[in-house]
Amino acid sequence: MELMLGNKAVARGAYEAGVRVATAYPGTPSTEITEFIANYDEIYTEWSPNEKIAMEVAIGASIAGGRAIVSMKHVGLNVAADPLFTVSYTGVNGGLVVVVADDPGMHSSQNEQDSRYYARSAHIPMLEPADSQEAKDFVKLAFELSEKYDTPVLLRLTTRISHSQSLVSLEEPLPFSIKEYTKNPQKYVMMPGMARKRHVFVEQRMKDLAKDSCEFEINRIEMRSEKIGIITSGIVYQYAKEAFPEASFLKLGMVHPLPKDLILDFASRVETLYVLEELEPIIEEQVRSWGIPAIGKELFSVQGEYTANMIEQAISGITVNTQPAEELPNRPPVLCPGCPHRAVFYTLKRLKLTATGDIGCYTLGTLSPLEGLDTCVCMGASIGMAHGFEKVLGKDFAKKMVGVIGDSTFIHSGIGGLIDIVYNKGISTILILDNSITAMTGHQDNPSTGRTIKGEEAPILDLVTLVKAVGINNIHVLDPFDLETSRKVLKNELEKEEPSVIIFRRPCALLDKSKSLPLRIVPEKCKNCGLCLRIGCPAIQKLDEGMVIDDALCNGCGLCERICRFNAMERVDL
Amino acid sequence: MQSINILIVGVGGQGTLLTSRVLGNLASDLEYDVKVSEVHGMAQRGGSVVTHVRFGKKVYSPLIEVGKADILLSFEKMEALRWLHYLKEGGMLIVNDQSINPMPVITGAAEYPDDILDRLKKSTAKAIIINAIDIAKEIGNIRVANSVLLGVLAKYTDIDYKNWEKALSRTVPPRTVEINLKAFDKGYNARV
Repeated sequence: MELMLGNKAVARGAYEAGVRVATAYPGTPSTEITEFIANYDEIYTEWSPNEKIAMEVAIGASIAGGRAIVSMKHVGLNVAADPLFTVSYTGVNGGLVVVVADDPGMHSSQNEQDSRYYARSAHIPMLEPADSQEAKDFVKLAFELSEKYDTPVLLRLTTRISHSQSLVSLEEPLPFSIKEYTKNPQKYVMMPGMARKRHVFVEQRMKDLAKDSCEFEINRIEMRSEKIGIITSGIVYQYAKEAFPEASFLKLGMVHPLPKDLILDFASRVETLYVLEELEPIIEEQVRSWGIPAIGKELFSVQGEYTANMIEQAISGITVNTQPAEELPNRPPVLCPGCPHRAVFYTLKRLKLTATGDIGCYTLGTLSPLEGLDTCVCMGASIGMAHGFEKVLGKDFAKKMVGVIGDSTFIHSGIGGLIDIVYNKGISTILILDNSITAMTGHQDNPSTGRTIKGEEAPILDLVTLVKAVGINNIHVLDPFDLETSRKVLKNELEKEEPSVIIFRRPCALLDKSKSLPLRIVPEKCKNCGLCLRIGCPAIQKLDEGMVIDDALCNGCGLCERICRFNAMERVDL
Repeated sequence: MQSINILIVGVGGQGTLLTSRVLGNLASDLEYDVKVSEVHGMAQRGGSVVTHVRFGKKVYSPLIEVGKADILLSFEKMEALRWLHYLKEGGMLIVNDQSINPMPVITGAAEYPDDILDRLKKSTAKAIIINAIDIAKEIGNIRVANSVLLGVLAKYTDIDYKNWEKALSRTVPPRTVEINLKAFDKGYNARV
């Protein structure tokens, strides 16, 4: 038995299932799945530029005859939704498993959408494991189902499954050979004539699956007391077992399609039936639509995560002994000491610019004291949104605003927005904060880093050439710590009635190998003006004795030194 | 046996994750059922972080509920107070005597409370307060403060020293085993 993260167990399952190809774009809480898969030499693994491409590579691999797995976070599935809905029709050759990790409670996300709706609307079966052992087992089962029923299979995780460790027993990988590929346009070319026939197949497939799933071992009844019956799946099963160990359970391993006859049977054997599911009442509404009385969202929220205490209190009606939390100052996440993004946001603030933002570490620049961003919607949105601002508020306003996006996000889905600006004669100034890594998710490589997920050398995507090819004539590459040049170039570009791109290039502070000595504040020179606090560096604090730099946190980036008017900083000689 | 619930809290980057993994491996070595819940992603960037470790005969949920932690191990003072309501009545509280100002305090929007230790001592918890940073600095690496704290925790369990050594050695990066063992020992034998 090995103690394993849910995401690692998914990777192990892929290995044991004889997967040939694994693809992904990083996104918390799904990122580690593909990082762990990359450790298996037998499996071709890649970071794709975005989730849609990751999905398409996996579909190609599957139709070519190899087993393929593609992983993403819930919002990534929105990006990949286009191929998802149609691969439901084509079906597979080698098995195809799509892993999607939802984030109830939004630990690291911009919304808490429920991916189970995708399974329903794309007519694709979905499995949901409740711990790491199941995560591994369900991946293997998903491949069997995929090939048996000629369908992609969704595997739904949530943050608490992805990022919890539990014990897993390891097995030998299955022998697996690549299936023969034969040309079959009736199955693989989805033109209307073919697609109409395949849709008939899809509907029959889902009916068969719904019927057969009543016999699947992963949908199991655990009869105890007949007073309370609970239908649930995934992590909520674990919370409910803690709260009501004596209740009867119908634990669903497959959350779409639902095993109707099994649910009818279970409902008939218990006095009061509850449906417990985080986020949307998807199981509950289906159960009720079959005329089965069940209690669910009248007791629980569609927001956030459930807990065992919450379930106990809601069902028993008895207040569970819980003390309130203390009122304390918040501790929001912050840009790291030495982060190059901080310098860009300092410059934006000085120029009092409006900024459409994007998804990445730099989204943290929204918070006080930098307050650098006005919007954050989804990957790549900053550029199109800047253009939209201009079309409403006009060119004069566009001269006082920028779009802010990271290197990885620009490659993911920002480039299309830039093409739009050039084509439709916008004048936006777009800032690409290029730290040459996908940082927020834990430093993954991307086409601009020159390395693949396996650590092999790769061609480096040249952002300048790319931007030039799109039709941008005003391109600058700057060091964000050079505040004077940054400010001058930015002011100059904003004035132009043409689009501009400024690439602020400096490596992520956590990866920068060029170490500088930390700084300290010389008390005799410091006038306590507090200007250095305005850059929001966690290493600088105001104490009773005055401004102090924590030399254990400071990485010597020197931004504070550049803005101090009294030359109060000096290098600490360690 | 009833499950043992250990909540580890601190500030992103302090090494709470590694400590929870040592505990997870320890429980698995002792053939308990075990679950560890971690924090990845955005909150790791200097935010308030919490990891849950539960082990026993059978563990369902990876999360400890409010009021049910047997031990609260805090790497930072204010975080101890923030998560104190998770500790059961009379539970054990181990606090690193270090304060790290959050951004609202740095910007002047909030104040770091100056009576944290008093408030912690007034609770029903059996509180142990130790300056693990100073001990780690003495050993020569501030980053092993987490192993000092783990040593303090270990002293109050009935699990053999040898088992702790083994779990620690197989969890931390190989080249840091020696210094982590030293830090653990300092914590284990600290007079608190």
